[in-house]
Order: sequence, then C-alpha cells, then structure tokens
Amino acid sequence: MLKNRIIPCLDVKNGRVVKGINFVDLQDAGDPVEQAKIYSDGGADEICFLDITASSENRDTIYDVVERTSKNCFVPLTVGGGVRNVEDINKLLNCGADKVSINTAAVQNSKVVEESSKKFGSQCIVVAIDAKKNSNKWEIFTHGGRNNTGIDAIEYAKRMEDCGAGELLVTSMDRDGTQVGYDIKLMSKISSKVNIPVIASGGVGNLDHLVDGIKLGNASAVLAASIFHYGKHSIKEAKEYLESKGIPVRI
Amino acid sequence: MNVTIVDYNSGNISSVINSFKEVAKDKVNIEVTSDLNKIKSSDKVVLPGQGSFKSCVDALNKINGLVDTLSEFAITNKKPLLGICVGLQMFADIGYEETETKGLGWVSGKVSKIDNQNGKYKLPHIGWNQINIVKESKIFKGIENNSHMYFVHSYEFVPEDKNVVSATTNYSSNIVCSVEKENIFGTQFHPEKSDKIGLQVINNFINL
Repeated sequence: MLKNRIIPCLDVKNGRVVKGINFVDLQDAGDPVEQAKIYSDGGADEICFLDITASSENRDTIYDVVERTSKNCFVPLTVGGGVRNVEDINKLLNCGADKVSINTAAVQNSKVVEESSKKFGSQCIVVAIDAKKNSNKWEIFTHGGRNNTGIDAIEYAKRMEDCGAGELLVTSMDRDGTQVGYDIKLMSKISSKVNIPVIASGGVGNLDHLVDGIKLGNASAVLAASIFHYGKHSIKEAKEYLESKGIPVRI
Repeated sequence: MNVTIVDYNSGNISSVINSFKEVAKDKVNIEVTSDLNKIKSSDKVVLPGQGSFKSCVDALNKINGLVDTLSEFAITNKKPLLGICVGLQMFADIGYEETETKGLGWVSGKVSKIDNQNGKYKLPHIGWNQINIVKESKIFKGIENNSHMYFVHSYEFVPEDKNVVSATTNYSSNIVCSVEKENIFGTQFHPEKSDKIGLQVINNFINL
C-alpha cells in the first residue's frame, strides 16, 4: 500500500539554514546538509529545500548545498525558490535534486512547466501554488506571497496538471506561519479537482494538523517546517502518531 | 571491478551516480559514460531512465551502436545488467507512453499506463510503497519482504512470462516492480532514492 509522506522543509538563505533544527549536538547548526541528513536518518520520506536567497549574486550558493546534500541523503530531494526557467531546473537536477518546484515562473509563463516536464519528465516537476482566500475563492499569489494575481487557485491547479506538473505543492498564505493548521478546504478542493498528488503546506502547529491534512484535505503528502525544527516533534513521533490514527506511513 | 552507468541523456541521473559511488566507495570503479568500448569492457552495466518510454528509447537510439552494444553485453555475453525505472521498462517489446514505441525486446511484454480506476488512484504513483517479493532474487539478498521502496511512475511493465517477476507492489493492482531473468535485473522503484534499503539493493547488484 502506498504510504502518505511526511516532508520536512528547510528554508535556505545564502547557503545557510534560516530556521533550523535546534539540537545541541549539531556541529554546524546552519548547515543545510547536516540538517537534511538528520531528517533523512530520522525517517523523513523526502527533504525539501526552499531557497529564499534574495540577492542574485548569491543564487549559486544553493547549487553547492544541493550537490553536497545529494551525496549524503538517499531519499528524494525537492528544491524550490527562485527557479526562473528550464536552465535553472537543469542546473538543480544536475546538482542532484530529484524534483524542482516552480512557483512564480509557472504563473508568469506556463510554458516553463510544459517544456520542463517534457524535457525532464513530469516526475521531477512540482508546481508550488501559494493561495490566499478572497471572499469565496482562493487566489494565486506570487513573489513569496507579495503579489496578488487574481487567478483562481483551483482552476490554476487543473491547468498546471494539464501542463505536465507531476505534483502540486499547495500553500495557504493565510495559514503559513500561524500554526493553526492547514487550510483544509483549499487542500480538499484542489485534491478532488486534479488527478496528481497534492502536498499540503502552510500552518502546521501540531501533529493533529498533519492528520487533518491527509484525512480531511486528501493530501498525499504533508509538508511542515517549524514543528520539526525546534525539536518540538521528531519525524518518528509524527509518523507514529499518524499511524495511531490509521494513516499508512513508512516506519 | 568496473560498473558502468550508461549516460545517454535520459534525464537526471545524478542520484543514481551518487548512490552507486556511495556504495562502491573505493572498492569498485564507477564509470558514467556512453562510450561503447568502455561499456563492452565493464563487468556490470546500469541502465537508468527517466521521462517517457519514448524519450528514453529515442535517446538510446540516438547514440550510434549503443543498443547493439548493450544487447551484446546483456543477451550475447550474459553479463549482469540492472535497469532502473524506465531503464527496466525498456526491456519490453513495446511501450505505449506518448505513442507506440518499440522497446529492446529483452524480456517479452508491454509497458502500459497504470489503471487509475477512473481517478480513484492518483498518477504518477509517487512515494513509498511496500514490495511483495514473489521469488528469490539475487538483488534482494538481506532484504525483508514488505520493505518500503520509493516509486515514481505512471506506466507499468507487464511481462508475458510471469516467472521473470521477482516482486510486485500494490497500487490499484499488483504492479510488477522487479524482474530477474538470468543475468538481467530491473527495478521499477528507485533503489538510489530508497534510503538504506535501496542502497542494499545496489550493494547486492555490485556484489553479484
């Protein structure tokens, strides 16, 4: 039976982890490679890096991070943030990323998704959707949530599937960072609209939120950041909790 | 010993290279090439494959003499070869992804889309699934039945002779996820992304 996945996400800036694991025995708390290794050894089903490097001259730092991580972690590695075109995707894949997530570039030009999924295969193309509720619908935001495009998130999700996306990483901008739980309605609406897997993101504050993302939101995978970073919960604890709630996980 | 990972522009093979190098350490030489002479002289060959059946077959055919060299290696000389994902699928006679495409024909059968039961099952089949070992295979040495492996695919290999099947996985139906036919091995799952247990599969192949 296919298991639901738990994906810890690390924010990386200028090659360093911004919010990271708060473990005392870390040699270098800011090293994404060491943290990714802790997660994969702890049973993470995938690792996600979100590159939030702002300045373009430091963009190349992520390639080194990906290269070193892929030599140490043997679970799938997804990398996103600042991916502009097919060449960026190619570079990340060559460094050892298994999947690349595309956000703003996909909204601006869906051909990036079409071309890259044709060239590299749908299996490595993840479209990241940042959505925010506006009265009775959800709208797509770009540039890290700063720009409202007015595009309907549900319709957009379907369109990205048609363009060849292999998975959708759906983040609720209303919930991100709030720790009050995923936007379940958004997740379930998108999940029922498309036939590709949906990864739920944004808002996890406790383990029940992960359960809700899968059971109520129909997500195939759940992504979380802060609950894992500060030692609040280990991946193992999360998996055992999900299993106790009847959710199939890899233990 | 030399193990060659065939680099034929089939998409991203970095993870395959990293995992084989991790397992091989300094004991085994890992080559990444499409050089025909190097393939001929190596002890074992790994045939990765990402993207569509058609794009991988096209990429193989684009390199002059590569298919003949691989056939000579695996079929005539019966040296160990491991196909991963679409690398396994290409063993078939025919594939139906994008358009009908002729495969290598090493293991009779076809590659068709997984039946998603009218949307009940999401495709691609992405994530960790358990393997059901149905016959002893040299690459499963030390691997327990029902171990988890990482999958990502929408098409499945349906061999004519079920005796070649060494493991299946359940997703919508029992999907063939590993074959062994004499010296030819294939996995639908990605051992290079399947954590320690996947590295064990690679280790078993290297130590054949």
